[in-house]
Amino acid sequence: MTSLPAKTEKKLGLVIDLDTCVGCQACVTNCKQWNTGGHMAPLTDLNAYAAEADGVWFNRVHTYEVTGSTACGASPARNSSSRTMHFPRSCLHCEKPDCVTVCPTGASYKRESDGIVLVNEDKCIGCKLCSWACPYGAREFDVFEGVMKKCTLCVDRIYNENLAEEDRVPACVLTCPTSARHFGDLGDPNSNVSKLVAARGGVDLMPEMGYAPTNKYLPPRARKDTAPAAMPAPELAPAPGGFLGWVDKLLSR
Amino acid sequence: MALVAPRENDGVNTSPTVADEVKTTTCYMCACRCGIKVHLRDGQVRYIQGNRDHPVNKGVLCGKGSAGIMQHYSPARLRKPLKRVGERGASEFAEIEWDEALEIATTWLGDIRKTDPKKLAFFTGRDQSQSLTGWWANQFGTPNYAAHGGFCSVNMATAGIYTIGGSFWEFGEPDWAHTKYFMMFGVAEDHDSNPIKIGLGKLKARGAKFVSVNPAQTGYSAIADEWLGVRPGTDGLFVLALVHELLKAGKVDLDYLVKYTNAPWLVVQAPGSADDGLIARDDQGNPLCWDKTTNAAASALRADVTPALRGAFDVNGKKAVPAFELMAARYLDDAYAPEAVAARCGISAATIKRIAAELAHAAFQETIELPIAWTDWAGRKHDKMVGRPVAMHAMRGISAHSNGFHTCRAIHLLQMLLGTIDVPGGFRYKPPFPRPTPPGPKPAGKAGAKPNTPLGGIPLGFVTGPEDLLLDEAGRAIRIDKAYTWEHPIASHGLMHMVIANAVKGDPYPIDTLFLYMANMAWNSSMNTRATIDMLTAKDESGAYKIPHIIYSDAYFSETVAYADLILPDTTYLERWDCISLMDRPISDAEAASDAIRQPVLQPDRDVRSFQAVLLDLGARLKLPGLVNDDGTPKYPGGYTDYIVNHERAPGIGPLAGWRGPDGAQQGRGNPNPKQLQAYIDNGCFWRGEIPHEAHYFKMANATYLNWAHGMGFLPKPEQIVLQIYCEPLQKFRNAARGAGPVQPPEKDRARIDAYFDPLPIWYAPFDEAAVDTTEYPLHALTQRPMHHYHSWGSQNAWLRQITAQNRLFMHRDTAAARNINDDDWVWITSRAGRVKAQVKLVDGVNRDTVWTWNAIGKRKGAWALAPNAPEATRAFLLNHVISEHLPDGRSNSDPITGQAAWFDVRVKVERAADHEQNDASHDFGELHPPPGITPGPDVLQYGKSFREAAE
Repeated sequence: MTSLPAKTEKKLGLVIDLDTCVGCQACVTNCKQWNTGGHMAPLTDLNAYAAEADGVWFNRVHTYEVTGSTACGASPARNSSSRTMHFPRSCLHCEKPDCVTVCPTGASYKRESDGIVLVNEDKCIGCKLCSWACPYGAREFDVFEGVMKKCTLCVDRIYNENLAEEDRVPACVLTCPTSARHFGDLGDPNSNVSKLVAARGGVDLMPEMGYAPTNKYLPPRARKDTAPAAMPAPELAPAPGGFLGWVDKLLSR
Repeated sequence: MALVAPRENDGVNTSPTVADEVKTTTCYMCACRCGIKVHLRDGQVRYIQGNRDHPVNKGVLCGKGSAGIMQHYSPARLRKPLKRVGERGASEFAEIEWDEALEIATTWLGDIRKTDPKKLAFFTGRDQSQSLTGWWANQFGTPNYAAHGGFCSVNMATAGIYTIGGSFWEFGEPDWAHTKYFMMFGVAEDHDSNPIKIGLGKLKARGAKFVSVNPAQTGYSAIADEWLGVRPGTDGLFVLALVHELLKAGKVDLDYLVKYTNAPWLVVQAPGSADDGLIARDDQGNPLCWDKTTNAAASALRADVTPALRGAFDVNGKKAVPAFELMAARYLDDAYAPEAVAARCGISAATIKRIAAELAHAAFQETIELPIAWTDWAGRKHDKMVGRPVAMHAMRGISAHSNGFHTCRAIHLLQMLLGTIDVPGGFRYKPPFPRPTPPGPKPAGKAGAKPNTPLGGIPLGFVTGPEDLLLDEAGRAIRIDKAYTWEHPIASHGLMHMVIANAVKGDPYPIDTLFLYMANMAWNSSMNTRATIDMLTAKDESGAYKIPHIIYSDAYFSETVAYADLILPDTTYLERWDCISLMDRPISDAEAASDAIRQPVLQPDRDVRSFQAVLLDLGARLKLPGLVNDDGTPKYPGGYTDYIVNHERAPGIGPLAGWRGPDGAQQGRGNPNPKQLQAYIDNGCFWRGEIPHEAHYFKMANATYLNWAHGMGFLPKPEQIVLQIYCEPLQKFRNAARGAGPVQPPEKDRARIDAYFDPLPIWYAPFDEAAVDTTEYPLHALTQRPMHHYHSWGSQNAWLRQITAQNRLFMHRDTAAARNINDDDWVWITSRAGRVKAQVKLVDGVNRDTVWTWNAIGKRKGAWALAPNAPEATRAFLLNHVISEHLPDGRSNSDPITGQAAWFDVRVKVERAADHEQNDASHDFGELHPPPGITPGPDVLQYGKSFREAAE
């Protein structure tokens, strides 16, 4: 069994905005192309051009319909009782991850410096205990290589001195077209990501499990689906004098 | 500030070398044309990143662009020129050398050119070099040229150009920074893909309201504040009900209408006379208005008039009425009241009224002012720019319906009434738009095709009346697709979807060679795929193919390859030069004109050549004027780059606008610069020429903008562009239908022209819907483009196909329950044209009378180097199979104005398949065998492993 650091110096992680995610899969494929040549390369694809294609992906986006009046963002004034939600899913780099503590060899570990959860493939025996322990389904077993792989938070990008400074963020954050993904130190209350979480009421995923995920999700904002309160209702009452009256004012070209 | 790598001592290399070299170029994973930085390591692509400096994508990259590696290394890449040796469709080919391939093509095309050049039908698909291909067709002398716009969104483009001198597509954009209310009608995900995503992110962060009008609550609709699940094909009715409400309440911007539109122009009211419904004009041809100051008719183009918007006036002995009054009278009619349209649109009257009120509130109570001083076309100074912060975007969903032209005009009308076109917070033009309404030139080819003679102009253009139609002396179509005939008079992009059917029927005439580029006509780019395949293989009594020669250029083993006689293999997008030209499909934004290039970041490892280079080579071999010098030597011996740099369409105006002139100091106009391409490469492969700050809005009437655009070569004259609520060219066609003028429609088209060529927007039921029994076919069926696939290209991509390899039929739960259909059941989708099997996915977020699916996922078995068991071939499906290119009366299934293919009009019934059919899609198209050189992709793909090994 593998022990966790008592505390980490930083809590690097992601903040994912469910209000603006359109499910475009940019973060998914950008993660794939970076990481298939990166720290845990390759992200093997089986049956790549046939039935039952099945590859290793560190980041996946699922689309759900959420129904009922309690659905995030749904409200009676919308023309549907449901809303479509796009939900990006990757390792949450938990503070208390069982995926690490169950590891019999020390292959899974949480870094004391930045809190990133990694796998040392040299020590991994492919027992998959970690994937059973992770309630988020974030572990990705490479069947062909027989080792467990997972999101590295782009540990080979975020400190990489060969990249321009502004590019030293995880690939998923770098590429997100709607700016729905943010990266930073969630252990620092003054960081941009911590402020964002505070301002938008960011939440933990399945907090009841007790893993204390580092990554946070920003819930959808309230929908603006009714007329502004200041507008007299109905504003569109016929104008004084009727149609002909208001057209007759003097208008210059 | 950058993070410093901690001392974790876990052996992780946090600073591995990423690339030996980083090269910029332009993405081609869809039509969006983002700037990319390609990181190369050991001669392979390590990583593709969005270019932060690029005006289109500003550093981001979508799901398609981020999977470019797998597109480039696709096993479906063609490897060498191919000559058909078996029957068409048998996919039996012999590999040949380029010399032989070009010799064959030159022989076929040379024979045509010296006898009857129109026997060449040259149609390109998702071509981004239409200024080259159209010009080449002109030099060859055939009128039979177009790209795929006829089945894409030509009615959107045309309605926009004829109404506001610009259009939606990617040719305009909402003022993302200022708009407070954004309405999106449908979307075509490959047009402005990343800019829309970036913009929506900004809108949501600012708290602007976003309303999505779309039968399916997917994609962008998912994050909209309000989703209106409109019934397909009724958007126009919904919009005109909004117009009704706004007019009734007087919530329209009269000042804007008088200053910037033809609302005050006088329209002759003389039923039965040749000028009925035309604009009253003075001796110089200027439109007239009624000046309330002088109480007389005066040129509506003068700055010092006070025009009337209502009333009836005597002009040269004829009654004339301002266009505004005609417009207002029409839409104030109760036929356009929310209560009258609600049931048909599937949107409640209360909701329509509320949306109208919200629009009015945003436009008139939340007006914004930008402190930008500007000068208008008449030289008048303004100290600020006042905007009505309502913006709209519309695309497919509007376009693929037979009523799309008028619906698009209705949306532009709504924008004009609210005063929101090119104002702060509104819809903004991107240069070279706005252009005159409509711009020149007319389509070339009126004189027909003549042996060994250029056509005399570009085949596609803008007609303004019956005299511009491409008809011969007997009134027969000059073009094979019958564009610019009475059947589709304003077919500005041609009708690619009718070429094969017309050629096989010999109506209007047979052809000799069909030359296609990047258009998968034997599969997902055709309506009625089965019949199209039959036509491509149809033979006459002598056993000869009815289309004698088919030449096809594509980079990949698409389904159409199997039906061609000669294959000219193209490069991938990372192996080629290209120019993304302002003469073609610009990538400008509202504050700058931009163009771009592609440069090869890798050399082909196969015997392939870029199509554009091959086209120039063929042109030189054929000795086409413009492609050879006087002595017969090639004019562009350096190939495509030579053309890009040195070709001049008009003196000083060439494919690229940046770094012109001998020293590269000029933009827009200037002599060719031999170092132009290096200047582009040094700048990240794009050029962006900023519009002066005081010209950022009101471009149609802003003196600074008009002069700048004229200087750049975008406008023939720096004159105001008056927006057209009333579209006079339509009335000219209508008057002809009523007997006026020498060019008369045949009797069969007379009533149709009269009905649909209304100078004000109208709504009518989509044709295919009106032609069938809607109790038998109660459902609408349509497609949406997934954000992670582009046409048929996505499914060959090892990464993208893992996201979607089977498209489901999405159906409302209640609609399914009424048919005893359960989730995951296989169903038959049946239309009047045919049937196809699909697996359903039940949802709530869809219009109840609509079923929909993702498009272009389904594949012919064996094509694209996929294994025969790939779900794309066994479980996915194309809706194309149930859509006919013809209406029951034999007419083209198209918009009557523009010829736009109406593939969203189809009506279907959906029934659960029998128990024994509940396993797969049961396609029976047969398996295509790969041509020589194509081998199946690897079972195990470990792309990138070598990068890690090298790093360790």
